Amino acid sequence: MNLNQAKSPKKLPVNSGFNKVRKNFLKNWQLYAFLLPALSYFIIFHYIPMYGVQIAFKNFIANKGIWGSPWIGFDHFTRFFDSYYFWRLIKNTLILSLYQLLLFPLPIILALSLNELKNGAFKKWAQTLTYAPHFISVVVVVGMIVIFLDPINGLVNQLIVLFGGEQIRFLDSPKWFRHIFVWSGVWQSLGWGSIIYLAALAGVNPELHEAAEIDGASRMQRILHINIPSILPTIVVLFILNIGSFMSVGFEKVLLMQNSLNLETSDVIQTYVYQAGLLEGQYGFAAAIGLFDSLINIALLITFNYVARKTSNNSLW
Amino acid sequence: MKRVGMPDKSFDLLNKIFLTAIVIIVVYPLIFVISASISDPAAVSSGKMWLLPIDITFDGYKLILQDASIWLGYRNTIFYTTVGTLIHLFVLLPCAYALSRKELMGRKYILWIILFTMMFSGGLIPTYLVIKTLGMLDTMWALVIPGVVGAWSILVARTFFQQSIPDQLVEASKIDGASDFYIFLRIVLPLSLPIVAVMSLFHAVGLWNQYFNALIYLSDRDKYPLQLILREILVVNQMQLGEGSGEQTESLIEQVRTGGLIKYAVIIVSSLPLLIAYPFLQRFFVQGVLIGSIKE
Repeated sequence: MNLNQAKSPKKLPVNSGFNKVRKNFLKNWQLYAFLLPALSYFIIFHYIPMYGVQIAFKNFIANKGIWGSPWIGFDHFTRFFDSYYFWRLIKNTLILSLYQLLLFPLPIILALSLNELKNGAFKKWAQTLTYAPHFISVVVVVGMIVIFLDPINGLVNQLIVLFGGEQIRFLDSPKWFRHIFVWSGVWQSLGWGSIIYLAALAGVNPELHEAAEIDGASRMQRILHINIPSILPTIVVLFILNIGSFMSVGFEKVLLMQNSLNLETSDVIQTYVYQAGLLEGQYGFAAAIGLFDSLINIALLITFNYVARKTSNNSLW
Repeated sequence: MKRVGMPDKSFDLLNKIFLTAIVIIVVYPLIFVISASISDPAAVSSGKMWLLPIDITFDGYKLILQDASIWLGYRNTIFYTTVGTLIHLFVLLPCAYALSRKELMGRKYILWIILFTMMFSGGLIPTYLVIKTLGMLDTMWALVIPGVVGAWSILVARTFFQQSIPDQLVEASKIDGASDFYIFLRIVLPLSLPIVAVMSLFHAVGLWNQYFNALIYLSDRDKYPLQLILREILVVNQMQLGEGSGEQTESLIEQVRTGGLIKYAVIIVSSLPLLIAYPFLQRFFVQGVLIGSIKE
């Protein structure tokens, strides 16, 4: 079958734009039908909520609906900015995000380290075992935290007592919340996060290493001067993606770990949206806070993408 | 040939020590939970059990297997996961395939519309109001329909179709008179089993582990998925086990004793399907991440 010939009759004289679209549609209508389920999903569950965000500027009255409720401008926003909780929420959200961002290099280090192993059984085992926690649910992870940090029966406190220390009520203490949250996250996602860097490292040109070896470079030097620069594009892209969800912190986990005693550090924007909106029914107010949060995220994403494009030529778009 | 100098040798050793330490830190809590779930609770709470089980008992498992809410949660989760994954594939695959075809005009714009949802969303409240308006509150649909497909999955599946379905194959079938429906179902899908496997696994794990949607959309306990039941037992500490089975006479000490045991056992039971399947499925998961990392 000569496939090249089959293609050529397509090159007909160029039609007018509309006709072209119509013809293409009639010919490929089944392909367009393929898009229907997904597009309806995105419209109903993503774009309609975007449209619904206007309740942030409205005094939402349930039986008048989103459209019928009266506009009140920026009242919800000013109320939020003036509220007692505002700075606490911003501070907690920022600190948790920055703390997590600071640990961004850990999976890279793990990947670099795994990459130095020859493809042996140890490497396979190390990978299989470190990936595993990724598949445990948040609820179970928090459950494990609760068990391990239990003031009386928990392993950690037993150890503290064994070494002559005082029991610590970790989960009831605002002082410990951030560390527990962030480091349990590292425990869960460290191995999984390294996969993508390992793949990038597998693509490093071996000739570079050979040349460096002949020049007498040590393993450490080769990691610093060959491996890291080679995977830098991957690092930059993943970093920007991280920034994009900067203010979202793993809020489902925060919610699970939160209690009335650690609120001082565990109350973040998202949990407050849940509290004010769904538990207290202040839909408009909560939507305004949610919108504020999304806007900061998207602004950060755009800024960092711009900076990355200007400085390193790597960017999402 | 290879010059392995002293510093490189010590580097190797240090590297292995470092990795061993990481593996131990990651794996230890898992082993501890497994051992604790079958050890005598007294040994666990006194700190005697630190790695391997002591005085093996299956009381924890016996207790939770008698508990109706765990079974119900299990059943619901299996149901939600199965139905949700099937709907996921039904929405994801045709869309990703269509977006991979050059004949589709404006596919860049359509993709952009989809990708935009990764960057901006209406947020929790407006989404909740949509679900409410659609009458999906307190139905299983609220757990399987919102989030049925993500922009990332579409991007990944599209890349897969672009790279592994030869254009010639599709065009040849078209010349033979096959419709797009036919080509997709009979030619493309059978060639795309790897991506179908990868995407189903990812989505199924997500559905199995999700709790937040259930928390906000469900109020009827009979519809609770396993994770919400787990949340009650593990995090909120509302143990209602043994209720109605005439065991209220249990002494308080006994309840405390079995309480810990139940927690460990329930972690294992809920994670069991994944724990068993994971080693076999690992390569699929890794494959999924890797396809996802391919740009354009």
